[in-house]
Amino acid sequence: MVSPLSSIYHSYLRIYAITAKEIKQLSRDRITFAMVIMIPLIQLLLFGYAINTDVRAIPVAIVDQSDSAAGRWIVEAVKVTQVVEVKQYLTTAEQAQAAIRRGDIKAALILPPTLTEKLAHNETIGQWIVDGSDTMIAGAIKQLKNLSLNDIVPEQTNSSSRFEVSLFYNPEQRSAVNIVPGLIAVILTMTMVLFTSSAIVRERERGNLELLITTPIKPLELMIGKILPYIVIGLIQMTIILGLGHLIFAVPINGSISHLLLGTLLFITASLTLGLIISTIAQTQLQAMQMTIFILLPTILLSGFITPLEAMPTTAKWIAEALPGTHFMRVIRAIVLKGATLGELYKDMLWLVGFTLVGLWVAAKRFNKRLD
Amino acid sequence: MTQPIDPQWVIQAHNLTKRFGDFAAVERLNLSVPKGHIYGFLGPNGCGKSTTIRMLTGLLTPSEGDINVMGLSIPKQAEALRQHIGYMTQKFSLYDDLTVKENLQFIGRIYGINADQCKKRIDQLQSTYKLNQYQHQLASTLSGGQRQRLALACACLNQPSLLFLDEPTSAVDPQNRRDFWEQLFDLSEQGTSILVTTHYMDEAERCHKIAIMEKGHIRADDTPKSLMDNINAHVIEITTTDLRQLKQILIAIEHVTSAAQLGHRLRVLVSKNISDPIPWILHQCQQHNRQLKPQDIRLVSANLEDVFVSHTGQPISCQPMQHEGEHHG
Repeated sequence: MVSPLSSIYHSYLRIYAITAKEIKQLSRDRITFAMVIMIPLIQLLLFGYAINTDVRAIPVAIVDQSDSAAGRWIVEAVKVTQVVEVKQYLTTAEQAQAAIRRGDIKAALILPPTLTEKLAHNETIGQWIVDGSDTMIAGAIKQLKNLSLNDIVPEQTNSSSRFEVSLFYNPEQRSAVNIVPGLIAVILTMTMVLFTSSAIVRERERGNLELLITTPIKPLELMIGKILPYIVIGLIQMTIILGLGHLIFAVPINGSISHLLLGTLLFITASLTLGLIISTIAQTQLQAMQMTIFILLPTILLSGFITPLEAMPTTAKWIAEALPGTHFMRVIRAIVLKGATLGELYKDMLWLVGFTLVGLWVAAKRFNKRLD
Repeated sequence: MTQPIDPQWVIQAHNLTKRFGDFAAVERLNLSVPKGHIYGFLGPNGCGKSTTIRMLTGLLTPSEGDINVMGLSIPKQAEALRQHIGYMTQKFSLYDDLTVKENLQFIGRIYGINADQCKKRIDQLQSTYKLNQYQHQLASTLSGGQRQRLALACACLNQPSLLFLDEPTSAVDPQNRRDFWEQLFDLSEQGTSILVTTHYMDEAERCHKIAIMEKGHIRADDTPKSLMDNINAHVIEITTTDLRQLKQILIAIEHVTSAAQLGHRLRVLVSKNISDPIPWILHQCQQHNRQLKPQDIRLVSANLEDVFVSHTGQPISCQPMQHEGEHHG
C-alpha cells in the first residue's frame, strides 16, 4: 500500500526534520556554538606550545669539588646541551640532595676533587643525582651520561659512535609535529562524543521525548538526523586545528586532502555513534558527561597521543585498540606526516566503518519508543 | 493485520492493568470510546488518567489486558497507529528554543507531510489557533494559553482521526479554557474523536461522555446528563446558622455520603436507601442537638461534582494524591 519510493521520501523528511531542528537549536545556543570554534583554537595553541616531549631547561645544581679547568669545561659542555639550566652552585652532595628534596632543582652534577686524575685514567668522572620521580626528566638527564667529551677535553680521543641514525618525517624532532595531528583525534573525541552523548538525554530532560516517541519517527532516522549536523562541525574543527597547526607550528601536510577528509569523516561518525550509545544509556546529562570523560581519558592517555602505544603492556594495547581514537591517531599521523594513503591504512579504516555501523545499530536498538 | 472491531468504537480496552512494582496505577479497567465523541476522563491527579492514556498510545506496556485503538492491537501495532493520532502531553513537550512556526514545521516533517502541503497546513493552523502574530516568537516566550494552542495545533497537524489530550487546560486561564473547548468542538464536528483528561467539573460537563476515575478504577461512565439524572443519592441543600456543627453531625451519620459547605449553605448527599430524606435529616438533627433548626432545607438537582462524590465518597479536591506521571524513565 505504501510504495518504497514514498517511504524513502518520508524517511528523508523525518531525518531532515531532526537535522534542521538540531541546527536551529545549536545556532541559538551561543555558548555551545562559540565552543565549537574556541575548543580547537585555544587547545591547539595551548598544547602546541605546552606539550613538549623533548625536555629542555631542567633546573640543576653544580657541585664542582675539583675546582679544575676540566671541571669548568664539563660544566660548560653540559650547559651547551640546553637540556639543563644551572640554577645553583653548591659545595656538598648533601646540600644538593636537600635542594632536590625541596624541589628547587631536579638534578645535580657532582664532580669529585679527583676529577683530573679520573679523566686521565679514563674512569667515571662524575655523578648525576636525579629526582627520578618524573621519568621524562630522568630520561633526559640519562642522555647526558653519554655526553661526548671529545671536543671539550683535548686529551680524550676515542670516538664512540657506531651507528648513524637518520630521522624521517620529523627530522628536527619537534614535538608539535606529532602533537598537532594527535590533537585532532583528542579534540574530536571530546567534542563529538560530548555533543551526541547529551542528544537523547536532553530531549528527555527537557520533556520533549514523550511527544517525539508518539510521532512516526524511527529510531535509526532519529540517530542519523542527530549526528548529521555534527559531522560538519567535526570537519570545521579538523580544519581549524590542521590549518593553524600548519601556519603556526609549521606542521607539514604531506598526504592528500581528500584522504584526510575521508579518514576524518569516518572517525567523526564513529565518535558520534559512540556518543549516541552513551545517550541511550544515560538518564541525565550529568551521567552522559561522566561517561564521556570515561571514554575521553583513555583516548588521551592510551591512544598514543602522548606515550607511544608500543610502550604499553598487552592488555592496555587491547583497550587502546577498542577506542576509535587510537585508530584515528594512527591514520591522521600517517596521512599528515608520512603522506600515507587510505589504502595503506585499510585496517584502521575498516575498523572505524565497522564501529560506526555496529554503533548506530546498537543505539537504534537501545532507543526504545516506550516509556517503560 | 487489523482486528475486527465494531465500527462505532474508536477505543476499546478490556481488563487493562498497569502495575509499577506493588502499586497498581490502573486496575482492571474496561473502556469503550465511541467514534466522533469527546470522551472525558474525570479524576484527581494520580488516579491513573495519564497512565491509561500512555497505555492507549503504546507508550507504556500494560501489565495485563487488551487494547484496540482504531482497529489496531496496542502496543503491538503502536507504530502503525502513530500516523493516525495526535497527542498533547500534560507537560509542554515542544521545543522551547524553536519558534512557533519552526515547531510546526518540525512536526509537519516528522509526519512526512510534503513541503507545499505542510506550508498550507501551517498557515491554516496558525490562523485557526490565533498564532499568526507569534509565529516568529520562541515557544519559551509564549503564555500558557498560547503554548496550549501551539501544542493543539501541532497535535492536529497531521489531521489525526483520534486526539489524546492529557490535562490540556491545567495551565490556562478560564477564558482561554472556554476558547480551547470551542476549538475541540470544531474538531469533533469535523469527525475527530477526542479523549481528554481533566479534573475540572465544567470541562467534564462539556464532554459527550465521561468516565469517573479514582485510584486506577473507572467508577462510572456515561453521558454527564444521565450520570446526573441517575445519581444514586439525594442532593439536599440546608441553610442554617451553625453550618460547621451541622456538618460535623451529619457527616458521622450512616447513609450521609458527604456534606460540603458552599457559602451559607450545606450541600448534603444522602443515600437513595432513605426514601424521604428531608424529614429524615430533620429528625437526625433533632436527635443530636435540639437547638439546631435548619432555616431552609430543600431537595436540589445533582451536578457533576455530586456525581463524582457519590461514586468516590469524596470531592475531587480532597482525593489523596498519588504519584503519577513520574513512573517513566
